[in-house]
Amino acid sequence: MSSKKKGNAKAARLRNNIIVHTVLAILAAIWVFPVLWVVMTSFRAEKGSYVSNFIPQSFTLDNYIRLFTDTTLLNFPQMFMNTLIIAIFSCILSSFYVLSASYCLSRVRFRMRKPFMNMAMILGLFPGFMSMIAVYFILKAVGLTEGNLIRLALILCYSGGAALSFQIAKGFFDTTPYAIDEAAIIDGCTRWKIFTRITLPLSKPIVIYTILTAFISPWVDFIFAKVICRANADQYTIAIGLWRMLEKEYIDNWYTSFAAGAVLISIPIAILFLKLQKYYVDGMAGAVKG
Amino acid sequence: MKRFKYASETACPYTCMGAIRNGGVATRLSIFLMGLGNIVHGQALKGILFLLVEAAYIFFMVTSGFYNLSMLVSLGSVPQEEVWNEELQVYLYTQGDQSILLLLYGVATILLTVLMFWVWRGTLKSAYQAECLKREGKHVNSFADDIRSLFDENIHRLLMTPPMVFITALTILPLIFMICMAFTNYSKIGDHLVLFDWVGLENFAALFDSNSVLGSTFWSVLVWTLVWAFFATFSNYICGMILAIVINRKDTRAKGFWRFCFVLSCAVPMFVSLLIMRTMLQPDGAVNVLLRNLGIIAQDASLPFFTDPTWARVTVIVINLWVGVPSTLLQLTGVLKNIPADLYEAATVDGANAVQTFFRITLPYMLYVTTPYLIATFTGNVNNFNVIYLLSGGDPITDLSSTAGSTDLLVTWLYKLTIDKQYYNVGAVVGILTFIILAIGALITYRNSKSYKEERGF
Repeated sequence: MSSKKKGNAKAARLRNNIIVHTVLAILAAIWVFPVLWVVMTSFRAEKGSYVSNFIPQSFTLDNYIRLFTDTTLLNFPQMFMNTLIIAIFSCILSSFYVLSASYCLSRVRFRMRKPFMNMAMILGLFPGFMSMIAVYFILKAVGLTEGNLIRLALILCYSGGAALSFQIAKGFFDTTPYAIDEAAIIDGCTRWKIFTRITLPLSKPIVIYTILTAFISPWVDFIFAKVICRANADQYTIAIGLWRMLEKEYIDNWYTSFAAGAVLISIPIAILFLKLQKYYVDGMAGAVKG
Repeated sequence: MKRFKYASETACPYTCMGAIRNGGVATRLSIFLMGLGNIVHGQALKGILFLLVEAAYIFFMVTSGFYNLSMLVSLGSVPQEEVWNEELQVYLYTQGDQSILLLLYGVATILLTVLMFWVWRGTLKSAYQAECLKREGKHVNSFADDIRSLFDENIHRLLMTPPMVFITALTILPLIFMICMAFTNYSKIGDHLVLFDWVGLENFAALFDSNSVLGSTFWSVLVWTLVWAFFATFSNYICGMILAIVINRKDTRAKGFWRFCFVLSCAVPMFVSLLIMRTMLQPDGAVNVLLRNLGIIAQDASLPFFTDPTWARVTVIVINLWVGVPSTLLQLTGVLKNIPADLYEAATVDGANAVQTFFRITLPYMLYVTTPYLIATFTGNVNNFNVIYLLSGGDPITDLSSTAGSTDLLVTWLYKLTIDKQYYNVGAVVGILTFIILAIGALITYRNSKSYKEERGF
């Protein structure tokens, strides 16, 4: 009797497992399919956006080569360099802002601390680019919307408000033990040294996370870039370039190259993301705990 | 936990009012001549710096500040004109007033004055402190001491100043500027793009008037925005959570592989995957072609993903699920692991099945812990520009006279109003209203949430 019951339970578990794994497999397929489709498209020899078969009839590397050689309509190498420069500088600036602001908010009890946090929350409730057009007017008034200065303008845009998203880093700093700071203070360490020599090295995950998110944002944002670059095609970032490839007049010729470009910027981001998943989860868990 | 007390945390005894009431002559004179008190009491360099700041401010105000403020009232009235130049025998254009610049400079001047007031208070306190310390025979900080303190007990001044400067210039100033626009007639309607005036609450009235086209558009967009935000937030939350639970089940094999599959899509930049989804779902896109080939729909038929209002709305919510579930999965995995295991053990002993456990233990616990996260996501979804703009672009437009399509959110409508139509004033009003709706909702829930009440340490 009891062995039969056990057998039943075992069968039920097996049945459950089979169901769960099948469902997971179907879901995973749904999630992976578009990604695979982009990769396939980037190697496809036939042009155009609408094809009826998933696996291309013939493979080619032309789409990638074309991205870097055909610069008459859309200058991809130039866009790449623009984005790289903007990403590097805005990454340095915004990492500095985020880390220093979160350190202060987590460790130093100063009078403007609470007001600052409340202000950040309130500002976060405004639609992100409600002020975008105003930012454009301000940059224009300062004369940053012409020629190469557009790059500076974009760097300022991407890094300017960075300190307002301190929550994740602050959550992480909150979880590092305060006793270490106390010990260091007793030993006569200044707070600057604690910050640079103790807190930052101890918080490597969040430092890396901050740097990477800051580095990635110029690659994937295109709204700000579009509003600020306007018609200055030589200042375009990759995101605008890819967006333009899907416009009606380009899509038939450029769709496969669009896929190639998408794969190119996705690869580094994907690698970083997969490597950093753990930190991402940790950072979030810390932030949620508050 | 015992915490170190910082000088600035305890109430500072050197207040502004104290300086005016009890300060010496030099300190009181600092009211007019910033830094005088510091110079007299042995902080010469600091005092001179304060004095220079004041001189710079006065110089700015005299040369352009007062003019900016005076123009803020009228926002300019001189139009650009053609003038016949006798000498050169050509028409020359005179420099007319540009209201937008006048408004910007005016707002910037006001912001600068507020900052200056803040600095002024600081210098007064500093002068009073120097005086008191000197009177009591204590050590008065030299300039070098002050610099050193920036790296130690005053490190927040050093580290917070640069971010604050940029936040003020690139977030707060534009926001005030934009809010001001809501009270003007800066719009393509009536040709007010160069010269415009204050109109008070007229724009708000126009938007709330449900008989006008603008008013009815506003209400329909608002309702859809809230519906969208609700479904987008909770569908992602619930699905992400279930997925996380299923993947982290004891019996599930190859956990890492499954997680990898989902996270992979998260690693592709959102605008890329959304643009691809959009091309796939077009009337002649991959999905329709596939369905035709499989014989599910007729050869010349296509599913109206973005052409039928209801279809379009469901489509964006479903696609948002595709976009959002992986990151929700990642974010919730950590929190799920924190649920005390004995709760589940007790449930198993009592014979609860998986569904009961989920609704009685997991969901209440998660809702309780992740309220701030949910609020942030809800807010993010109300302001979710990317998904709608890239996917449907607000289409389909059912009513040609209105400026918004069926899937337009307040934010995408705002974008269309400002960037495409150049109705800046209406756009600004929409922005302000979005903010007010979000602020009320967020404040109520946030204040009541446990995680806010219990922020530890102070």
